[in-house]
Amino acid sequence: MADVTDAQVIEIRDLVKTFGSLRALDGLDLTVERGEVHGFLGPNGAGKSTTIRVLLGLLRKDAGHVRLLGGDPWRQAAQLHARLAYVPGDVNLWPNLTGGEVIDLLGRLRGGLDERRRARLLERFDLDPTKKGRSYSKGNRQKVALVAALASDVELLLLDEPTSGLDPLMEAVFRDFIDEFRDAGRTVLLSSHILAEVEHLCDRVSIIRAGRCVESGTLAELRHLTRTSITADLATVPAGLADLPGVHDVDIDNHRVHLEVDTTQLDPVLDLLQTGGVRSLESQPPTLEDLFLRHYGDQLAGAGEDDGR
Amino acid sequence: MTGTLVFLRVFLRRDRWMYVWWPLGIALLYVSQGWSVDGLYKTQAEFDQAAAGMEGNAALIAMAGPARALNTTGGQVTWQSAAFGAILVGLMSMFLIGRHTRAEEESGRDELLRAAPVGRYAPQTAAVLDAALANLVVGVVTAGGLAAYGLATADSIGLGLGVTFCGWFFTGVALVAAQLTTSTRAAYGLTGAVIGLAYALRAFGDVSLAALSWISPIGWYQAMHPFSGLRWWPALFLVAGSAAGITAAYAVFDRRDFGSGVLPARPGPARAARGLATGPGLAWRLQRATVVAWTVGLLLSGLAFGSMGDDVEDLVGDSQTSRDLVLQGGADIVGGFYAMLMLMLALLAGSFAVSSALRPRGEEDAGRVEGLLATRLARSTWLGGHVLVTGAGALVVLGSAGLGLGVSYALVTGDGGAVWRMTWQVLTFLPGVFVLSGLARLLHGVAPRAASLAWLSVLLAYLVLIFGELLKLPQWLQDLSPFEHLAMVPVEDFRWVPFLAVSAVAAALSVAGQIAFLRRDVH
Repeated sequence: MADVTDAQVIEIRDLVKTFGSLRALDGLDLTVERGEVHGFLGPNGAGKSTTIRVLLGLLRKDAGHVRLLGGDPWRQAAQLHARLAYVPGDVNLWPNLTGGEVIDLLGRLRGGLDERRRARLLERFDLDPTKKGRSYSKGNRQKVALVAALASDVELLLLDEPTSGLDPLMEAVFRDFIDEFRDAGRTVLLSSHILAEVEHLCDRVSIIRAGRCVESGTLAELRHLTRTSITADLATVPAGLADLPGVHDVDIDNHRVHLEVDTTQLDPVLDLLQTGGVRSLESQPPTLEDLFLRHYGDQLAGAGEDDGR
Repeated sequence: MTGTLVFLRVFLRRDRWMYVWWPLGIALLYVSQGWSVDGLYKTQAEFDQAAAGMEGNAALIAMAGPARALNTTGGQVTWQSAAFGAILVGLMSMFLIGRHTRAEEESGRDELLRAAPVGRYAPQTAAVLDAALANLVVGVVTAGGLAAYGLATADSIGLGLGVTFCGWFFTGVALVAAQLTTSTRAAYGLTGAVIGLAYALRAFGDVSLAALSWISPIGWYQAMHPFSGLRWWPALFLVAGSAAGITAAYAVFDRRDFGSGVLPARPGPARAARGLATGPGLAWRLQRATVVAWTVGLLLSGLAFGSMGDDVEDLVGDSQTSRDLVLQGGADIVGGFYAMLMLMLALLAGSFAVSSALRPRGEEDAGRVEGLLATRLARSTWLGGHVLVTGAGALVVLGSAGLGLGVSYALVTGDGGAVWRMTWQVLTFLPGVFVLSGLARLLHGVAPRAASLAWLSVLLAYLVLIFGELLKLPQWLQDLSPFEHLAMVPVEDFRWVPFLAVSAVAAALSVAGQIAFLRRDVH
């Protein structure tokens, strides 16, 4: 059986999964440490859901190394599932079972629900458990799956775009519960493309593209890889700003300077600006969106690729 | 009404196959009765004798309708087809109206369309026109088919258009149901209940209290008396009833909000029952309505068939074809007839078993499985629950058919021992049923996308049963039907060897399917 104190909750190396001629996962690496909320970023079709389904033992890997909670997700599926909860992005409910029944069903199948938390979740998410599956809206279907997952006593949450149907109020409730979950020392893998949510919740992020991981680290580490934008009002504009290493897009308008600089090259730029007498300075750290666009910018330029899995 | 014609064109395109298969199927139901009657009775004397036997049989009258001119081809066609034709057009109208009104509203597609510059009534009006037209096509094709077969033209038109009017009546019913309920399933349930009630009313009416037949739309249709003094005025009831239903539906439609109904959507339990969170518990909860419906349906079928008692000798007649049909197994006509009936009931139970075995695939297609398998529920337990429900369900469904057959046979003949004897005899066909569901299970495990092909095995078994000897199908083809290998009780003695051998094949198919499922990707 798995070692509960194992530091790595998810460990994936060189994972390959093909569907016919489509290489959905093409040598993916992903590591999730115990106790962190890990953001899993990528546009539709990048392979996020496929990765999660391999982790759940629903899909069989073609090659590579996959460990989940110290076990093999394909062969030990049911044992490992007792320790995790999963919320898909597209929740499908049985038309003739009520939301309350589905919550109990999933909860009991996971080994039991925390009754008090179940009641609190229903109240906070404002969900009527007596309605039949067919009459719930997309957001309410998602709440059913979220309540079932968050009321379970598990050490890992696998969330696949769990808030895509929630309104901002409910998204805030969701964030509160995830914070609470993390504070209890548990682990979350959160696949999303709502960058604000990831920025708010996640300790570390991995960005994947076309079935490969292209970036992984803490937000601070990743920010290091991109540019900071600086706007300054100066007494006199010093010469040679544009010649400094890592400086781009310099725009001088009278006493006002705007430029972009690689975050690793900030020091020399600030030194030179100081010599001109700084009256005001604004610096904008790179947002997750910048990070994301840096990896997908060429796709945007090409008007986007299709949405295949 | 702006946009009605645009909608109508879209509906006609979506329904194009329904416009082919429903009219052809229903017309074939009518015309094939003429063909089969003319094939069965070679002389008028034989025909008269059989007709006399039928006229005195209350069970047959309850099943089919009032006995009129049963010694003529036209009379027989009317008698044997009208009630079932009316039920079929009722179902067709129900599906057409349901899918273009409530189903669209429920899915939210209607919202998208109604936000376009179209009239409030446009989708609904187009649906009514669509159903009305489909029913007209059914009537015209049926009338044309009957006339082409050589029956009197005026009466053929009466029988054909009568079924159109019945369809129009049920169109009105379906449209009202779509206003009253909030889900398509509930609308179908309500319409189906009205169709069933119409059939039941005329069944009691025709046997005992004639007034009851006069409050049933199917009774009005049969009161037109095609081929036995055709009269048109009862059709007025059907047309008037149709107009009343449609008018009422529009009145309700005018007063209700989009997406709502009149009957409240009933809330369900806020907590799950204790046994739901187990493989068999969940499978049973999802399939129980189907199992109960099939059990009741086959119990009633068994009761109806058994009520013929030993009169079958008269019904069969003396022609060689009909004797060949029932004498596939031996020289005992009553026994041969019941052997065939039992096999037919087993095939119906086989249809249940195949649809039940395909249910896990439906769950997988609907995306409801991955959430379940992401819990402690093992794949094998999840599928095993469904296997258990299919197996036990098939046993109960087939057993209830046998029980119904035995009980009503015992009541008619006074032979009390028939209850258990016939139940057991019907159950000896169970291994064949399990081969059909095992094949479906194997297909689901190996090639989920092709799993529907399992229905071909039911079709093959049916064709072998009906046409195997008549058309002298090659033996290897007949041997593909699992039922060919079982003893044809009661004309043949029961034999354990084939029973166990076919059971083993069924178990092997099912186990292989389950193992294959454990090894493949789940979507």
